[in-house]
Parts: sequence; C-alpha cells; structure tokens
Amino acid sequence: MKNNNNDFSLNQRIPSMMLTDEEINFRQYLSSAEISAIEHEVAIMENREAAGIEALKVVQAHRGWISDDSLIAIGQCLNISSAQLEGVATFYNLIYRQPVGHYVIHLCDSISCHLTGYEEILHTIKAHLDIDYGQTTADGEFTLLSNACLGNCDKSPAMMINDKHYHSLTAESVIAIINGLSQYVEQEQ
Amino acid sequence: MTDNSWLEGALSQALTKPLTHLVNLEQPLDFNGYVRAGGYMGATKAIKEFTPKEVLAIVSDSGLKGRGGAGFPTGMKWSCVPALQEKPPQNLHAEQGNSYLICNGDEMEPGTFKDRYLLEGVPHQLIEAMIIASYTISANKAFIFLRGEYHVAARRLQKAIDEAYENNWLGAKIQGTDYQLDLYLHTSAGRYICGEETALISALEGKRANPRAKPPFPQVSGLFGKPTVVNNVETLSNLPHILKHGCEWFKGLSPNSDPGTKMYAACGQVKNPGLWELPMGVTIRELLYEHAGGMPDGLQLKGLLPGGASTDFLTPEHLDTPMDFDSIGKAGSRLGTGGLIVLGDKHCPVAMVLNLLSFFAQESCGWCTPCRDGTAWAVEILTRIEQGKGTAADLTQLDELCDFMWLGKTHCALAPGAVEPLKSAMRYFKTDFEQHIEQGCCTYKETNQNQLGRASNE
Repeated sequence: MKNNNNDFSLNQRIPSMMLTDEEINFRQYLSSAEISAIEHEVAIMENREAAGIEALKVVQAHRGWISDDSLIAIGQCLNISSAQLEGVATFYNLIYRQPVGHYVIHLCDSISCHLTGYEEILHTIKAHLDIDYGQTTADGEFTLLSNACLGNCDKSPAMMINDKHYHSLTAESVIAIINGLSQYVEQEQ
Repeated sequence: MTDNSWLEGALSQALTKPLTHLVNLEQPLDFNGYVRAGGYMGATKAIKEFTPKEVLAIVSDSGLKGRGGAGFPTGMKWSCVPALQEKPPQNLHAEQGNSYLICNGDEMEPGTFKDRYLLEGVPHQLIEAMIIASYTISANKAFIFLRGEYHVAARRLQKAIDEAYENNWLGAKIQGTDYQLDLYLHTSAGRYICGEETALISALEGKRANPRAKPPFPQVSGLFGKPTVVNNVETLSNLPHILKHGCEWFKGLSPNSDPGTKMYAACGQVKNPGLWELPMGVTIRELLYEHAGGMPDGLQLKGLLPGGASTDFLTPEHLDTPMDFDSIGKAGSRLGTGGLIVLGDKHCPVAMVLNLLSFFAQESCGWCTPCRDGTAWAVEILTRIEQGKGTAADLTQLDELCDFMWLGKTHCALAPGAVEPLKSAMRYFKTDFEQHIEQGCCTYKETNQNQLGRASNE
C-alpha cells in the first residue's frame, strides 16, 4: 500500500513517553481560559464531539502545538476517545502534532506558484535558514512547512507566516521578510 | 469612512457587476455603509414579501447554477429539502422542518481565489445571502465553513456577523418577523477534501472529514442527520441581487443559456493575473487576451486549465470556446471554478501535471483505495518520467490508473478530478511525455524552464 502522508507535514505525532488517561485530569491540565473557550464552541455546536477541531485550535493557540498529553486532556474534556481525536488532529495541515518554531512558514507549493517561481523561493528559504521542510531552526524561531494553494494565485508565489499572508515573493523580498521577523523576535526578548 | 465618489462609481455598476460592485478589499463596507449602498434590500423582500416556497420559485426560475464547480441548479438542490417538496412526506416531523444552511467557503482548489475576494471585500453581502437561503429552506441555524488560512476573511466575517446581530438581522424575530436565524463562523484547519459537501459536514460534526456515500443526500440527511443545504460563497452571493432585481434581469446578464455573471480569473503564466466579474460565457480568448493581458513576453500559449486544478486541459484551438458550463463541457473540460491556470510553452507540461497530482495525492482523504493508492502511484510514475527515467510501460500504466480512478470507481470526486488534468495532458502533450522517455531527460530544463537554471532535485 502506498503511503500518502506528506513527509513534510508536522501533523503526525512522534512516538514518545506520554501520560495515560488515568494520569491526566483535564481540569488541572487545561487552563480555565482554554476550558471556557472550548465550552463556548460546544455550546454553539450543541454537541461535544463536534467541537473537536475548534478545541484543538484553542489549545494550540495557547501552547503552540498539540502534545499527546494535550490530546488526552481535550478528549476527556469533550468526552471522546483520544484515538478518535487523534484521527481528527492528524487529518489537518494546520494542527501541529510536533513542536514548531515561533514563526511557522507555510510556503504555497500549488500550481500557480509552481508556474511562477516557487522553486527559487523554496531554495532561498532553505539556504537562508538552513532548514528543510518539516524542520525548525536551531534557535526555535522558524519552522518551514508546505501548504496547499493559499488562494493568492493572482499574486504568486505566496506564503503564510503564522496568520499573515505574503505574496508576489522574490528571493530578495522573502529574505527581507524573514530578517524583519527575526529582529522582531529579538526585540520581544 | 467610504468616500462618496467611490460609492457612486460602485453603484453605477450595480446592475452589471452585482457580485463585485461593492467589493472593497482595503476596507469593506460596514453594516451602515452596506445598507446605504442598497444592502439588505433583497433579504427584506424575501422575508417580508414572500413565503419560503415563493423564494424557491424565484431562485429556480432565475436558473442560477452552483458556482462551486459542479454547476448544479441551486433551486433544484434546495427543492430536495423535505419541507420544500411539493408534497412533503407525510411523516415529516417538526424536527425535519428544522434544517441547516452551510456556506462552503473552504476554497482550496489550486488556482482559485474568487471566494476570498468576496469574503474579504463585501462580507455583508454573504450574510444577507445566507439569511435569504436559510429562510427559504427553513433553517434556524447556519454556518460559514471557512478555510483556516483565510485569516483576514475570518476577522471581517466575524465583525459583519456581530454587526448583523446588533442590527436585528440575525438572532430572534429578525426585522420584526417571526423568523429566527443564528449564524456562526467555523474556521477549518487546512484540508482540501473539506470542500466536498459531505466531507464538510463530517468535518463540522467533529469527525475525520471523509466524504459520505450518497444517497442519502445532505438535503435529506446532512449535518447531525438533519436536512442540510451546502452552497458555495459565489452561488449564495447572487441571491440578494436576484431578489432585488428579479429573474429577468438575472437572465439578461448573460447572452447565452447559463444566466448571470461569473467570477472569472486567470493565474499562472499570464501578463496580468487577476479576477473579473463578467457576463457568463465570455470566450477564453477574451478572458485571456483582453482581461489578463495575454501571455508574458516571449511565451506562447501551450495549454490551460479552464476552472481550477481538477479540470481537463484545453489548448489554443479552444480559445473561442465560451466559458459557460455547457460550452466548456462540449470542449471536453469543465467550467469548474472559472479560473484559468495558464501554461506557457517554455514550462514542462509533465512537471506541471506532476505538481497537480502531488496535490491530489497529498489531499486524498485515504478512504478508498483507487484514490489513496492511485494518486500516489501516479505521482511516483510522473516523477520518474519527469526525471527522464520513465519507460513506455509507464505511459500504459498511467492510462490504466486514469481508468481505475475514474467516476463510479471511487468514493467521491477527488480522484476523478485528479484524472482530468492527467488524462488530458497525456492526450494533448503526448509528444512531451514521449520525448522525456525517449531522450531520458526533460528538454525544457535545458531551455531554461524555470528561469533559474536549477533543476528540481526535491
């Protein structure tokens, strides 16, 4: 059987030591802010299971990624098995089941970008940050991932870093954008 | 604040470019601005002057077809909701009368960006449209299913929803009527298959987003087992204008049998990529050469996909084909989302098809074998051919795969969508495929396919 999983994505977990269901109490593990945000989604859907993807996004927004322990805690909170929730979590490109950097670069690799210079942008980012797809820089600042069509096809090549889109990329502009963000991180620290 | 000259200019196009005349990507109209520009008049008419069945009759009569890609008549889709059937089933419970409307804003078809333009540029238009559609199908709850990457659209839509609640266009007793509607924004987390309507429903229920078998159709048993209608952003956006200006006006917008306007786009190797709302049925030539400025200097047109990644290639001989559902169908492709993806003669068509198939292989949900295995094998074989390591047997194998993955053999339309560009490329660009195999290399790379002089070594 062929394995269709995208080798570059971080939506697959890495086997690790994890706490068991008995060892986690979601009321202690999740913050009250996380729980109330999840309950808000549950109320909208009138169904606990249906809040699964929103719950994953809530916890990821607070913690940067979804660890095994987080997965168990969310499963408890929604009263569904962690196995079922794992099936949802690993389905989506924007749910990270491994730690990611401060900035996650999602480079569009779809057709319009392919036709207008995606390769050069990819090589530039890889060389500038010295990372490949699926990797994070040693200082924990940048993670590089591919993304299916970002819907900026009239201004390709395009990428998304966290929740901001950048378009009409050139080798020069992509370096300037990354350097600008690096400085921003330094100032924050 | 919106300046008056902008608004005057916009309103002068209200009857010719209904969908986009109020689009402002910098700063979309807020509630008051939208109302001043004639907004919410269509919804007022619908909920105050007509019964749901009368709205259905108007929409059916307008001839509006779905703009999400399949081109299914919207009125017919709605009419399958049990409460709207001519003779509602005798065992129709009050429960079944309560249905859901979902706006499909999971725009992720490569080469497509039309919905983003409407979502970011005129969010209140979609909300007005959803009120009309929800009222018609007797839904008291509606969802906008938005792709997770559209952050700007998410912020603007949520603001517009909040404003609509504040102004009694959402919530209980809308505008003094007995009608109640709650509207929620759901943002997804990045997966193409969620755009398939039954997969979208699975996703919204919190399940792994695999498509479901049909029947039962969502209109009968959809979200949480209730009657559910899923419509595309652009489809819905037509409703306020059809209600406001009438069916005859809508039909008159287009010179041919498919009524209305269409959001057309062009991207890839064209001089001026962009998006234009034009009468349904402009020719490919007009779209490519008059609106998109033609080919970039030094490039000749090799081929194009007329409506996104999952449509068949067309070639220069098809330039005079009108871009409507029927004509593009007769030319051997599909109108799809109406966005041209243009290929010049200096870029390798095999590499292009490999990129497309890689997308489908990655985004296959994995539920059925023909799709999960077929798309991945196609990528492997195409990679081999593109690298100059292919054999004649590989072409036969690709042909067979196209058959294995075709309609009727798969769980949903994803794999057949992948077959469309592959099969048509093998037909129109046969020589290119054969040259890769005979010469053991990609001839385009030597003639600077990608201005870099760097071969793909991924």
